[in-house]
Amino acid sequence: MKQLGLLVTMQPSVKEKNAAMVEWTEQERSIITNIFGNLDYEDVGSKALSRCLIVYPWTQRYFASFGNLYNAEAIKTNPNIAAHGTKVLHGLDRAVKNMDNIKATYAELSVLHSEKLHVDPDNFKLLADCLTIVIAAKLGSAFSPEIQATFQKFLAVVVSALGRQYH
Amino acid sequence: MILWGLVLFPGEPCNLLNECQSPLFSVFANTLFSLRCLIVYPWTQRYFGSFGNLYNAAAIASNPKVAAHGKVVLGGLEKALKNMDDIKQAYADLSVLHSETLQVDPDNFKLLADCLTIVVASQLGKDFTPEVHAAFAKFLAVVVAALRKQYH
Repeated sequence: MKQLGLLVTMQPSVKEKNAAMVEWTEQERSIITNIFGNLDYEDVGSKALSRCLIVYPWTQRYFASFGNLYNAEAIKTNPNIAAHGTKVLHGLDRAVKNMDNIKATYAELSVLHSEKLHVDPDNFKLLADCLTIVIAAKLGSAFSPEIQATFQKFLAVVVSALGRQYH
Repeated sequence: MILWGLVLFPGEPCNLLNECQSPLFSVFANTLFSLRCLIVYPWTQRYFGSFGNLYNAAAIASNPKVAAHGKVVLGGLEKALKNMDDIKQAYADLSVLHSETLQVDPDNFKLLADCLTIVVASQLGKDFTPEVHAAFAKFLAVVVAALRKQYH
């Protein structure tokens, strides 16, 4: 019995193992999966990214090779921007499917943004804000304060994970 | 553009702001954004200790003092709309009030501005185009900067 007791105390408790992880309630999980489950990734992705480039014009510096970004119309109809917006949203999808370990899931993406793309991590928050606005415009009054709080928590974790490997 | 301490609102965004003022005023009547701020950023409740029950989202949503205060804030924003060419001057007293009397951490102005943007976006839907969003963001950025001006 004493040996058994020792064995039990040697195992880290689930609580200790999870101490460093973000905690999600069942309601929060279902809010996030519902939002993304009802999204047209191509539509929302391109809208969020093009909005970011229009509202925060300095972010255009990362897309010099994308062609015509001369004005809002050009940005909104630029196919490279649309494709890239879709890509970003599929990246978010990975976080939705790995909500209990977004940090590890995004480790390589973080290195990519830091060492290869050289993106100022402050810009992640700007894109997150634009995505929130696009979702709010889409859901209207259904984007309640509780849903907004959950969505912003999710995006804050994503933004933090993306900034993790910056040195 | 910010030149010589003045902010220039070129014609187009100014018209956009005026155009969206009418639907905005129906948003204003709802004053949803102040309660949203208290729910999404709960630490902001610290400034409203005397407002009664803020115990949960439902309590905040039905709290009459929160709704009344939302209207006060919107009155302040209306002042900025009517004085777009010198918001800094129009807000000098308000800035002193928030800094010296109310002692509000100025980072919170941006949070409230974000909540207002979300409410406007959800009300206007697809009419909250990137161009309207950009003009609105610029307006709120100037308002927040003016509110921060007298902090020392």
